[in-house]
Amino acid sequence: MASPLRRQLLLVLPPLLFLGLFYFYPLLRIFIVSFLPSDLWAPLEPKRLLTSGYYLGRLWFTFWQAAVSTLLTLAIALPGACLFARYDFRGRAALQTLATIPFVLPTVVVASAFQALLGPHGLLNTVPMAIWGLSTPPIRLHQSVGMILAAHVFYNYAVVLRIVGGFWSQLAPEMNEAARMLGASGWQAFRRVSLPLLRPAILAAALLVFIFCFSSFGVILILGGPRLATIEVEIYRQAVHLFNLPLAAALSLVQIFFTFGLMWAYTALQRRSSLALMPAAAAIGRQAVQTGGERLFLCIGLLPAVLFLTAPLAALLIQSFTTDSGLGLAFYRAIFENRSQSVFFVPPFQAMGYSVGFALTALLLAVVLGLPAALFLAGPPSRLAALLDPIFMLPLSTSAVTLGFGFIIALDRPPLNLRNSLLLVPVAHCLVAFPFVLRSLLPALRSIPDSLREAASLLGASPWRVWRCVDLPIIGRALLVGVVFAFTISMGEFGATALVARPQTPTMPLAIFRFLGQPGALNYGQAMAMSSLLMLVTAAGFVLLEKIRPETSGGF
Amino acid sequence: MALLSLERVSKTFNRQPFIREVSLALAEGDILCLLGPSGCGKTTLLRLIAGLERPDSGVITFDGRDLAPVPPHRRQFGMMFQEYALFPHKDVFENVAFGLELQRLPRPDLQRRVAETLDRVGLEGFAARRISDLSGGERQRVALARSLAPQPRLLLLDEPMGALDRALRERLMADLQLILKQVGVTSIMVTHDQAEAFAVADTVAVIDDGQIAQIAPPETLYRQPVSPLVARFLGLNNLVAGRVAADGAVATPLGRFQIPGTRAAHGAQVIVLIRPEAASLAAAGGFAGPLEALIDARVQARLFQGQHYLLRATTENGIALVFTLPASTPPPGPGKRVRLRLNVSAMSLMPGPPEA
Repeated sequence: MASPLRRQLLLVLPPLLFLGLFYFYPLLRIFIVSFLPSDLWAPLEPKRLLTSGYYLGRLWFTFWQAAVSTLLTLAIALPGACLFARYDFRGRAALQTLATIPFVLPTVVVASAFQALLGPHGLLNTVPMAIWGLSTPPIRLHQSVGMILAAHVFYNYAVVLRIVGGFWSQLAPEMNEAARMLGASGWQAFRRVSLPLLRPAILAAALLVFIFCFSSFGVILILGGPRLATIEVEIYRQAVHLFNLPLAAALSLVQIFFTFGLMWAYTALQRRSSLALMPAAAAIGRQAVQTGGERLFLCIGLLPAVLFLTAPLAALLIQSFTTDSGLGLAFYRAIFENRSQSVFFVPPFQAMGYSVGFALTALLLAVVLGLPAALFLAGPPSRLAALLDPIFMLPLSTSAVTLGFGFIIALDRPPLNLRNSLLLVPVAHCLVAFPFVLRSLLPALRSIPDSLREAASLLGASPWRVWRCVDLPIIGRALLVGVVFAFTISMGEFGATALVARPQTPTMPLAIFRFLGQPGALNYGQAMAMSSLLMLVTAAGFVLLEKIRPETSGGF
Repeated sequence: MALLSLERVSKTFNRQPFIREVSLALAEGDILCLLGPSGCGKTTLLRLIAGLERPDSGVITFDGRDLAPVPPHRRQFGMMFQEYALFPHKDVFENVAFGLELQRLPRPDLQRRVAETLDRVGLEGFAARRISDLSGGERQRVALARSLAPQPRLLLLDEPMGALDRALRERLMADLQLILKQVGVTSIMVTHDQAEAFAVADTVAVIDDGQIAQIAPPETLYRQPVSPLVARFLGLNNLVAGRVAADGAVATPLGRFQIPGTRAAHGAQVIVLIRPEAASLAAAGGFAGPLEALIDARVQARLFQGQHYLLRATTENGIALVFTLPASTPPPGPGKRVRLRLNVSAMSLMPGPPEA
């Protein structure tokens, strides 16, 4: 019989091997390619990066668009967070789900939705042009920073709403009342008591939004046009269009450096803010909306946000049905036809098949690897477990494009040549989904008290039976959450897929990207139709998650 | 003249009446306790006075002025919250100084006042401590100091001992009463604990279902509860129905009692309250004195409680009674017969149910 230690090691070996092969080895290759492009020490590209105004400009753009996006998101979402934390009203839960849907949508869908609303053929342009007979579109945000910022705010609204709102609703209302009784006006009480207490949550939310915008890829690639590029987009262009691998590798290093630093700061901040002394006041502080005045106030406060969050998605749906000959299903039908002038080597509907196939493979991989990893981490505490816990989360701190780029320079040669393997895409998706599966399983596994297992074994159950009859039923729901997470992530993944997928096996996001890059109403319409389908799938996955997810204190 | 007065104050939540037409008056320097089970509306009443809730009807006046247009932060009332609501991002000094800063007290005065207040509650030397490093009892004192420091015209205390364990409570109860009396601040305290209310209050108002069931000094409340409900809430459960006879004595299934101070009319239905300290052991064949009555019963349970025995006994006609007996002479054990001498001065009358 295996000793407990050996059994633990057997559990952790497969996920470790996977990470080593598909995470650390590609990272190592990125190092090698940037510093030793021809197996000799020649750090030309890293040097060029630091001296060329062009690349420093890209870095600067990456920073300031992220900073401005973050500030705008805070400015727009904080009032919403306040209303959500303070008031209880009908439709509150539904509204929170609605506000979160943009966050879970694939970047490609968000980009399409903003094209559908604000692009040259967007609803806000075509409708006024038709009504007033204008010859040029009144809104010219195409390929501008404004469009990118709007999409980023749209995308990250929920991050601020949920983190700050969740924290806010846990602040005991007595805190505010105590300040009032000591002579503070409403505003003074907010500024001197509530705001300082909220500061860690606001900082954490801001940092998270900054990280997302810093490594924004799909939105900028599609909405930004050729002139605007973040580091992510530049890595993609250097690797795919210009085939300058050493430069792409050097840029990847820069990206890795910054995302790791930011993630580290975020983790530190989160740890500190959760340590803060908070009297328990689980959501009892919310007051019911009663008077008509309060209702009006709430509507005025929330309506613009609701409009802003729903308009692009509504525009996407409307555009997908709007053909030259009125409303119709022409674009949806086109997806399922095999045309000679198609921009693909395959009919577009096959992209859906590939997407679903990749997603199922990725989720299977993520569960097969995530379950033993979770069992190991939830097992007896050891130094190894403490060390591996953050290591398993590392793929989350690495941008998708960097991961994809690492794949194409590491896995295209012996000993591991997967260049033409269909597995490459699901493996990349699994790398992103694995930490989510692990994170949803861990709390459930840790919540099972040892006494439960001990009771079962004293009643005569073998270890396997204990696992099947005690652990499995309890973590079943968490496992389902992990599975839905993995599937939805894989369906929408764009950054890594854009680099690793073969041209003849595109996924839905890739197909949408290509449609958007081609001229013509039919291509545009098909992009809208396919984005709508992808939106419905991911939104359905998310709503399902909200339903089955065990109650958490509003975070991510 | 009353400093604070409530006139027919009512409040409903979700169309459910919570406070129904409560009227009361409080004199300057007095300590009033609102006593009642959880959910009876006592905290709501306190919040109405604080201005944290608005009454649906009725008038609250303070010092002759209607409080309705005055927001809570302009009332100059102090409030101590149930879980204290200390500001976790401020240290002890900053918590206590908060109200004084809002009064724009000059810095030297402020520092002196904070030090004095901390002294008064027995926390000298705690100024620089973090709230998270304090024990429950220390937090309670910081909360008290914070509400006292701005010298409020009225102090409101919501279950000030609620979060503390039993032993600590008894010590702090005495301290609290002493501090409130030394400062001389008019106070209203909410509690569900009868011992706490009796120890601290000049006047106790028993609240039931959003109404004042009885308002009286603690001694009167204990000796003369006005209804079975108040009696039961105070832990007084020996209630026996009776009828006033022509000679003023009360006829009950336990016998006739000549209760002093009886003013009920002849023939009236009454309920006799026999307080637990009324009984003592009687020798077999002994006879009753002028203010006494003898009853025979069978012991159900005998619980030794240190200073006294708790005796549960049932009379022959099936009435269950509970008494405390001095620990010096052990009463008979369960199943045994016992003869008890009841002191009529430990009995009182309340109106009985209307005749059917």
